[in-house]
Amino acid sequence: MEQFLQQIASGLANGAIYACVALALVMIYVSTDHINFAQGEMAMFSAYISWQLMDWGMSFWVAFILTVLISFAMGVLIERLILRPLHNAPVLSIIVVFIGLLAIFNSMAGAFWSYLIKEFPSPFPKADFGIAGVIGPHQLGVVLVTLIVLGLLFVFFRYTPLGLAMRAAAQNPQMARLVGVRVDWMLALGWGLAASVGAVAGIMVAHIVYLEPNMMGGILLYAFASALVGGISNPAGAVAGGFIVGILENMVAYAGNQIEKATGIYIIGNGEKLTVALIIVIFVLTVKPAGLFGRVVVKRV
Amino acid sequence: MAALLEVSGLKAFYGQTQSLYDVGFEIPMGGITTLLGANGAGKTTTLRAICNMVRTDGTIRFDGKNIRGMATEEIVRQRIAHVPEGRGTFTTLTVDENLRIAAYTRKDKQAVKDELERVFVYFPRLKERIQQQAGTLSGGEQQMLAIARALMLKPRLMLLDEPSFGLAPLIVLEIFRILRRINEEEKVSILLVEQNAALALDLATHAYVLETGKVVMSGPSDVVKNDENVRKSYLGY
Repeated sequence: MEQFLQQIASGLANGAIYACVALALVMIYVSTDHINFAQGEMAMFSAYISWQLMDWGMSFWVAFILTVLISFAMGVLIERLILRPLHNAPVLSIIVVFIGLLAIFNSMAGAFWSYLIKEFPSPFPKADFGIAGVIGPHQLGVVLVTLIVLGLLFVFFRYTPLGLAMRAAAQNPQMARLVGVRVDWMLALGWGLAASVGAVAGIMVAHIVYLEPNMMGGILLYAFASALVGGISNPAGAVAGGFIVGILENMVAYAGNQIEKATGIYIIGNGEKLTVALIIVIFVLTVKPAGLFGRVVVKRV
Repeated sequence: MAALLEVSGLKAFYGQTQSLYDVGFEIPMGGITTLLGANGAGKTTTLRAICNMVRTDGTIRFDGKNIRGMATEEIVRQRIAHVPEGRGTFTTLTVDENLRIAAYTRKDKQAVKDELERVFVYFPRLKERIQQQAGTLSGGEQQMLAIARALMLKPRLMLLDEPSFGLAPLIVLEIFRILRRINEEEKVSILLVEQNAALALDLATHAYVLETGKVVMSGPSDVVKNDENVRKSYLGY
């Protein structure tokens, strides 16, 4: 039982990370119809920035906040300088640019900070935090931090005029212009926010997977799966999808272990959890192509 | 009467294709002007050209200031409200959000609140549906929402692209009654593009007739209404 709860808890912690990256993907998808393949590498780069700031002597949370702000600026600049000129370019050109960005961030991180694995600190106190035997301090911290970030984003998009303008610009850019919304800037802000959310994920996961230029590769894949399971155009769905995928992958490994324990036959274990999770994702999408929480778009004419 | 909007030598292009040739007209302050014409004559393009949504050449003066070439969102900030073809509903937003978005640049929250109440005087039905997702409204309600949203911009000039499109005759009459009230009570000048020429000529004080991207006739609505060609081509008698 204790092991079962542990697996759920660590699934929640991983799921929180997937949820953040999935949300970053969805935020860009809803306004541009593109999946930013470089989202993971941008998050990795942000994690390195915060490592660097801490190396220069800043405390974890100061570095955290600074990194989120720097990442925001980085996202805005990428949109303004690189994607804006490609505004009317065919989809394939944009995909190539995303892949290019992925490679650039990866090799820049390698060049600046080397490919050697670095340890990344956890800001959460070792003792008296978390629930003994169920959830560790860092896991609990990750879940709390992501929930706070997601809550802030929800309030921003739901209750502020700027959030409303961003939603309007994503939904109907032409009409948004006709009510005076500066749509181009809304897109850039969306990139900034996505980069910031990604940065939170990168910083939180770096302690778990260690800091190295390829640390986000698998996570981006999980996040993509999460976004698809939740419904690629539904931010809340993407977040739910993140937690579902996080728990699912751990449950797969846990079930495999239990079967092996009971029967002595090895069917699945930790090594196969990604495969099985992705099979389940494909199954979900076959049955519900719009994702669990996505709505099939029906246009009224 | 002084002209609020003066358009002269207006050309418009979609890619390589030119669709307006030397269009010129004037909209008097406080009046209702209509643009008539068959399908493809360039009515919608003219409205889109005013808001810089197509590539243009020529002069467009609003209140004496040349606005041609300004970004769409800046033109809107001069208080020109465009109610586009197809109503431009933000389908996933609520009715309330659809209206508030038009006031998002304004800081004064109380003024926006008052504005909403004033808009609901014209469109009480929208108030009943305030928290409903706008995509679920009927066609007539969405047209009302589009006009209400334009009103939230506190416009001096309202451009309307076929407000009667696809609506039942009774709803159309209701909407045109409201437009007349808006013109009189809010002092909003109106440029109306309509397929329904009889209706448009009743509402408008001035009319321009477009044919294949050129103005072929203009004058007070009464005169245009009685022109033999207009009667045969657009009024059907």
